[in-house]
Amino acid sequence: MTKIEAVIQNSKLEAVKTALQEIGVEGMTVLEVRGHGRQKGHTEVYRGREYSVDLIPKTKIEMVLPDALVEKAEQAILNAARTGKIGDGKIFRSRIDEAIRIRNDERGEGAL
Amino acid sequence: MLTSSALVLMMTGPGLALFYGGLVRKKNVLGTMMQSFVLMAVVTVLWALFSYSLSFGPGNSFIGGLQNVFLKGVGAAPDADYAPTIPAQTFMVYQLMFAIITPALIAGAFAERMKFSAMLLFTVLWSIVVYDPMAHMVWGKGGLLNAALGGRFPTLDFAGGTVVHITSGVSALVCALYLGKRLGYPKEQMPPHSVVLSFIGACMLWVGWFGFNAGSALAAGSLATSAFVATHFAAASAAVGWAAAEWMRNGKPSVLGAISGAVAGLVAITPASGFVKPMPALAIGLIAGVFCYWMVAKVKARFGYDDSLDAFGVHGAGGTLGALLTGVFAVSVVNPIFKDAQGNPLPSGMFEGNAHQLLNQLLGVGIAWFLGIVGTLAILKLVDVTIGLRVSEEEELQGLDLSQHGEEGYYWETSA
Repeated sequence: MTKIEAVIQNSKLEAVKTALQEIGVEGMTVLEVRGHGRQKGHTEVYRGREYSVDLIPKTKIEMVLPDALVEKAEQAILNAARTGKIGDGKIFRSRIDEAIRIRNDERGEGAL
Repeated sequence: MLTSSALVLMMTGPGLALFYGGLVRKKNVLGTMMQSFVLMAVVTVLWALFSYSLSFGPGNSFIGGLQNVFLKGVGAAPDADYAPTIPAQTFMVYQLMFAIITPALIAGAFAERMKFSAMLLFTVLWSIVVYDPMAHMVWGKGGLLNAALGGRFPTLDFAGGTVVHITSGVSALVCALYLGKRLGYPKEQMPPHSVVLSFIGACMLWVGWFGFNAGSALAAGSLATSAFVATHFAAASAAVGWAAAEWMRNGKPSVLGAISGAVAGLVAITPASGFVKPMPALAIGLIAGVFCYWMVAKVKARFGYDDSLDAFGVHGAGGTLGALLTGVFAVSVVNPIFKDAQGNPLPSGMFEGNAHQLLNQLLGVGIAWFLGIVGTLAILKLVDVTIGLRVSEEEELQGLDLSQHGEEGYYWETSA
């Protein structure tokens, strides 16, 4: 089982979700996060004082998938989320030791 | 007049509460709002017991007497000196709303770091030691500066430029300097947690100010209308002035700047509202918008004091500017405040031929500054040595909402 974490532009969430659902991904967790890679932030001014905002709002999608689905999922995310500009985000892949369904104690890929 | 009274109260709650509340960090929103709200309650009690008497009871040139404690003699019959067409009780409750909002303005200077208990003690004492004498001098029977009732040095202050804005604004500066800066200021970023709340508050202040200024005519009619128009025009031109100054300096006009500009204009027109014509009101507003922007954006940064919500920059500076400009633009055709022995109107302000009035304005301004500085310093010292003024470092980091009130403003993260 493999975990995919994707940090994407907020505006791309709907497109990525749709693309993943179309290839059969059934579960995901979506978080609102702030962060940056190489993308610069911006400056806000309140009452004459400048505030630099370098943690940029992004959306993070996490999902744990059967190994067979991983490459298709990553490709779906890449196609749906890419704009070609800095700030598009990143995908991280890691191994998962175990998955358990809380309702009935089902384990392994069957729990996904 | 009752409507005007309600409007002025609304300026404190929720107007000022929202305006200030939105400007502070999320962890201090309730503490900041509480500072406005509790004064609605506490100042009312003081006013009823004795503060009205000290302000408006007959006394000497500087302070009223105790004739009206427990509001004795303040009933249905009008007080001919103050407002001959409304019950004395109406006048009393209208003035109460001014007494409430004045100390609430000071909170802008010690935001996010003052102990609630200290703030209570401070404002009770301040209300008695600074507000009541100033109100008496400018508006009370026998007051030294009372233009309407033959004061020795008549200061033109229609709705409280000196009594409300200068006293609170200057006191605010003293508080900011005495208490010291917030932890982390100015390096740490502390942007307003909700410009939305501040926006709503500012709009309520603009509308409420019609009660503040037009209501100060103490009767419906042409003077109230004139004050209403002057008030509205000054708010408008000041908003334009501040926004334009920001647009030129930063490349973008901010919402916070536009609403702050409107407030600055309203502050400046407060003493002038019942004395000037509409075009000068536009001018006063525009000057105030640009001047207060400069005070807040440049002067504060240069001197480095942490007047967190710009109580001095907007109210102290704006009020001083407005009081002086009142002496410039006041005309008797709007309000024949000065009359000769035959009852004919005399010139009011400089452009009408009474340049001497500027000296009286300066005196009124000076007394307000003096009372604000000396009174506030004395009270701060007293409160500091008895119960202490500032919250502890942990409390300041935790935030006033939790440390002073045991509450959170927004309980959104953990919903049932």
